[in-house]
Amino acid sequence: MNPILIRGGRLIDPAAGVDAPRDLLLVDGKVAAIDATGKIKSVDAEVIDAKGLVVAPGLVDIHVHLREPGQGYKETIATGTAAAAAGGFTTVCAMPNTIPVNDSAETTRWMQSAERGAVIRVFPIGAATRGSMGDALTEYGSLKAAGAVAVTDDGKPILGDAIMREALNAAARVNLPVIQHAEDTRLTGGCSMNAGVVAFRLGLRGMPVEAESGLVERDIRLLAEVKDSRAHLHVAHLSTRSALDAVRRARRNKLRVTCEVTPHHFVLNEEAVDSYDTHAKMNPPLRSEADRAAMIEGIIDGSIDCIATDHAPHAVHEKEQEFERAPNGITGLESALGISIAVLHVRHKLPLSRVIALLSPQPAAVLGLKGRGTLAVGSSADVVIFDPAQKWIFKASESKSKSKNTPFDGWTLQGQILTTISEGRVVYRRS
Amino acid sequence: MSPRTQGRKPPAPSIQTAGVPPISRSPVSGYPIHPGSLLSCADLSVEDVGSILDLADVLEKEDPVRRDRRLFKRRVSLLFYESSTRTRTSFELAAKALGADTSLVSAQSSSIEKGESLKDTGITLRALGAECIILRSPYSGAPYLLAESTGLPILNAGDGMHEHPSQALLDLRTILAHLKAGAKLSETTLKGVTITICGDIFHSRVARSNALLLPRLGARVILCGPPPLLPDAAAGVAPGVVIERDFDRALDQSQIVMMLRIQAERLAGLALDLDEYKARYQASSERIAAHAPEALIMHPGPMIRGLEITSQVADGPQSAIADQVRNGVAVRMALIVRALGENGSSRRQSRKRTSR
Repeated sequence: MNPILIRGGRLIDPAAGVDAPRDLLLVDGKVAAIDATGKIKSVDAEVIDAKGLVVAPGLVDIHVHLREPGQGYKETIATGTAAAAAGGFTTVCAMPNTIPVNDSAETTRWMQSAERGAVIRVFPIGAATRGSMGDALTEYGSLKAAGAVAVTDDGKPILGDAIMREALNAAARVNLPVIQHAEDTRLTGGCSMNAGVVAFRLGLRGMPVEAESGLVERDIRLLAEVKDSRAHLHVAHLSTRSALDAVRRARRNKLRVTCEVTPHHFVLNEEAVDSYDTHAKMNPPLRSEADRAAMIEGIIDGSIDCIATDHAPHAVHEKEQEFERAPNGITGLESALGISIAVLHVRHKLPLSRVIALLSPQPAAVLGLKGRGTLAVGSSADVVIFDPAQKWIFKASESKSKSKNTPFDGWTLQGQILTTISEGRVVYRRS
Repeated sequence: MSPRTQGRKPPAPSIQTAGVPPISRSPVSGYPIHPGSLLSCADLSVEDVGSILDLADVLEKEDPVRRDRRLFKRRVSLLFYESSTRTRTSFELAAKALGADTSLVSAQSSSIEKGESLKDTGITLRALGAECIILRSPYSGAPYLLAESTGLPILNAGDGMHEHPSQALLDLRTILAHLKAGAKLSETTLKGVTITICGDIFHSRVARSNALLLPRLGARVILCGPPPLLPDAAAGVAPGVVIERDFDRALDQSQIVMMLRIQAERLAGLALDLDEYKARYQASSERIAAHAPEALIMHPGPMIRGLEITSQVADGPQSAIADQVRNGVAVRMALIVRALGENGSSRRQSRKRTSR
């Protein structure tokens, strides 16, 4: 592996508080040096000219569905990570709702094996309960030893009070967060979008806001009960103002609660379902305009810890069904940065360093991924280089993902990614 | 704006963000929606409604031999995923009265049972020569998928809880005949008319289609029923629609009353005290005599006599239930002619695939 010298760029490393012109030297998969422009000399390094470009720590997505094992027709670890690299990500955390469910050390290791062909770092997230059935806990210690960075039954909630309390305690003992897909499924049977006027007009059963906020409140109550264990609850894909308010209150009470929001929940609302567009069907559903605005507000005021894509690839024939029959979810890895810059930075004037913080050091911190999300000397040589001013058109047909199920096809986004480097290797280069 | 969104509320401008256009739909399947389709009452302008009803009048009165030539040997498919008596029979009679050949595909006796998708079923029917598909589906929005999958004109004969536009049009025809409304249909034709729709609004595609259609002609629509069957959100379905939970008070204001069946098959575990329901919402002769002695009583069927309506009312002098059924054939003839264009006028569509 040749050293890489990235020269002349604007280096934004929010974790180190750097936003200045800097050169960056990567050697042996690590950040070897950072210095003022022109100061670093390296005879054997490949030089990347980053003049006019932003050089940032590789993005970290703590919520992706790579569909392996079991559903390679939707995505594989190889294609999913190629899509991630094209989207500037160098670390992704893979949800366990595979077939079979990743509830064992064996599957956790299988997912990280070199044979999977991942081009960036994949950290599996283990199932919180066996088969994600919500009955019996998996072995958190051995999942962690095999490389799992959190536990969850994502796609489904951990519904029972007793099992959730057990999960929080057991995860705390091995210092893993419990990620909750907060949906009280007793309130959402047969539902396929957000409850409200739009759902009524379309004749679709709606998921009430309370299905999310009620479970978040329940989880926070349980967390307060087991407070001494220092358990960490992470709320996945938060989508409602009331759930966000519950998280804010819990934080004021010094509870260890973090949360993520997806780009689609801060840029789209329920009107996108329009005439049964299955690319606007996901779970949690797109919410009201007020809830969407609350997500933006939460990002700006810092209540939301990070952006995660919930990248959920599905085959064309699966989405080409009646709305109620089509599966939930959209792809997200290749549009996340472009949407975040266009919406949060350009429209809402959030500094670029904060946008990067939400996509890199902050998600890394949520799951305790050491040496990721920063460009400090000695950390992993994970870098994304992009042109922050360049507008570009996102085309689903050009996606590296096996699946093209995105509502953002044809959108003009901002911030074109030119190079992604994972552990010192160039894994994506815009041609 | 995509054809799909014609007549619908455009996406909220608030989702437009700098550098990000509003969603431009890339249809999952390749075809634009055929203009001869009728998927939702929201897609019809007042002029469209007027011309459909005018055509229904012409066709109803026309010499059957002449009428038979209008769509002679044209192919109409009826694709029914749910059981139906009135809608299926009247669409079929309507197509046959125009000379068209009809074929019926129902879920129980076709490859649908083997798991064939709606898209593939539609493509198969098109390959067999179908020029128009009349679809009934238990899934809201299914006609949009079929329209985009085939490019054919699709007539929505009821989709889940969404809409039943031909029913709303035949209801309108029934109402106009009762009110002896003459001349050209306009935005004020039903000004001063209050119509109460009572019962299981939540599960009713008939209620949604009527609530979208009737206010456009100036009517005031009152929705009536208990909260589990009539969520507050229903009032937002269209301007001119209000909720009144007291049936007597709703009746006091109404010239037209539509009763709806409780859709036991869609209740999904919802527990309802039927005795209490009858006490508060049944159209009984006593209640009608006390609160709406002059009103026209309608019901799209099927009725559950003794539940939402008593036999005395259903069979009584104020009932227009049989007129509704009769009007169904005339209105559906007009919709089929609108979908196919007439023989000789050559509106057969080229089947050009749009880019995916």
